[in-house]
Formats: sequence, structure tokens, C-alpha cells
Amino acid sequence: MRDALGVGVAVGLSGFAFGVTSAGAGLSLAQTCVLSLFVFTGASQFALVGALGAGGNPAAAVAGALFLGVRNAFYGLRLSHLLRLPGPVRPLAAHWIIDETSAVAMAQPDRASARLGFTVTGVTLYTLWNLTTLLGALGAEALGDPSAWGLDAAGPAVFLALLGSMLKGRQETLVAVLAVVLALACLPLLPAGVPVLVAALAAPIVLIVTRRKEARP
Amino acid sequence: MTVWIAVAVTALGCYAVKLLGLSVPAGLLERPLVRRLAALVPVAMLAALTAIQTFGSGRDLVVDARAAGLAAAAVALLLRAPFLVVVGAAIVVTAAVRALTG
Repeated sequence: MRDALGVGVAVGLSGFAFGVTSAGAGLSLAQTCVLSLFVFTGASQFALVGALGAGGNPAAAVAGALFLGVRNAFYGLRLSHLLRLPGPVRPLAAHWIIDETSAVAMAQPDRASARLGFTVTGVTLYTLWNLTTLLGALGAEALGDPSAWGLDAAGPAVFLALLGSMLKGRQETLVAVLAVVLALACLPLLPAGVPVLVAALAAPIVLIVTRRKEARP
Repeated sequence: MTVWIAVAVTALGCYAVKLLGLSVPAGLLERPLVRRLAALVPVAMLAALTAIQTFGSGRDLVVDARAAGLAAAAVALLLRAPFLVVVGAAIVVTAAVRALTG
């Protein structure tokens, strides 16, 4: 319960940060709210508005957001075994498959509590995230320049916190380091949004290189 | 208009990806190599996004108050602080450094 509350407050704050960031990136109130209502996966939303705000090519911005969303497919795969949802509920439940709901559901000991955990987390997060997005986008005008409040650091901090929970082994660390090098090296050379896509190549590169090493006797 | 199209495509695409995972038969996505790649691609993208949104300013690389904020977030992460504290630390330190230097 305390964990659930903690997650709720944290998501509430990052929803607010998203609203402010999105408004600061030049998106309208309606566009910002539609993103939270219908995309509903924070990292992709931050990535999209960040790239659009930096004047990036919209196609590259969308591609980056979609690449980040791919991990939800793998959550879905594990959840379909775990929750065994009846057909009609599936399209609805799919919308709520994100980092937090998956983590909560997978941590439960049996199917009934996994279903309950998934639903409670889903309802809470969906409500909070959309409410705070609206507040953030509305408040952005009153706040004026979001950077004066340090809110431009919220996006990268959210990415870093998500990344921190994923760095479990040497391979992950290697991928992260290579991705940072690729991204910063490409930034001055390529249009905004594209460096992130180039950096995604760090994953297959590290996978191929470390496999070769393992294959050697 | 372009922004609306980008918003719509992202929404549809992200939803399709979520539904796909829930609907495809296991086995297709369960090959070890595919799973491994799917776990590593977000790592690469989150690392790249963190770096770009911290040090990027248009097409230039800069070290400003955001770097201090991110350093504070990293320290909070290493101390196993909750998500809220990590993001809060970045915001507060960035604002403080900017107020002191600007």
C-alpha cells in the first residue's frame, strides 16, 4: 500500500512535469492531453515532445517514441500468461500495459492478486497521470519559462530513473555507455531526433560483439 | 497539423504494440535473441535520451545547470531513493544552480 502510494505520487509529479515540458515544447493543451490519454506510456511521450520541441523531424520523433514503446509488447506477452484475460477485456487492458502496472502484476504471488494489482495500479495511474498532465499544461503558462524552475531537468531525470532500474548486468552497462557516446557524437551532425535512433543500434552491436566473444573457446 | 499527425501516429503505434504483445501466441516473441534485444533497445534509447536532453542545446553540446541536476539524480539513484526523490532532486538542483549562476 505504501509502495502504491509512493508510485502514485511519483507518477503524479512526473505527469505534471510532462504537462509543463510538453507545453514548453510548443504543443497545445489539447495535443498534450491527447498524448497522455491515448499514448499513455511516459517515456515515449517525453521523447516525442522533446524531439518535436528541439525542432526535430516529426517522423524521427515518432520513430523514437515507438521504439521506446516496443518494450510494452514484451510486458504484454508475459502478462497474457499471468492474467489470462478474457477476450473482450483484452483491448481495454492493453492500453494499461506499462512499466509500473507490469511490475506490480508480476510481483504478485497468484493470478487473482495479479489481476487485482494490475487493475488497481492501472486505474490509479491512468487517472493521476491524465489529471496532472492537464494541471501541468495549464500551469505552464502561469509558471512562464519552465527552465527557470528546473523543470527541463525532469525529462532526463525520468529517463535516468527508468534506466537505473534496467541496468542489471555488464551487457546493459555496455549498451548504455555505447549509446551515450553514439548519441552525443551524432548530435552536432544529424537532425534532431535521429541521434537517438542511431544510438539504438548500440543494442544489436553489443549483442553481436558479446556473442562472438562467448562463442570463442 | 504535423504535430497532430505525429501525436496520432504515436498514439496508434504505441497502442498497437501493447495489444500485439497481449495477443500474439507465445513462442514468436519468446526466442532468446529477440527477448534479449527487446530488453537492450530501451536501455540504449533511455541512455541516449538522458544524455541528449542533458547536454544538448539545439545542435550544440553544452554543460549547464541540467548537468548538475542530473548528477544529483544519479546520486539519489545510487542511494536507492524512490522515483519521486530522484526526479525532485534533479528539478531542485537545476533550479538552484540556475538561480545562483544566472
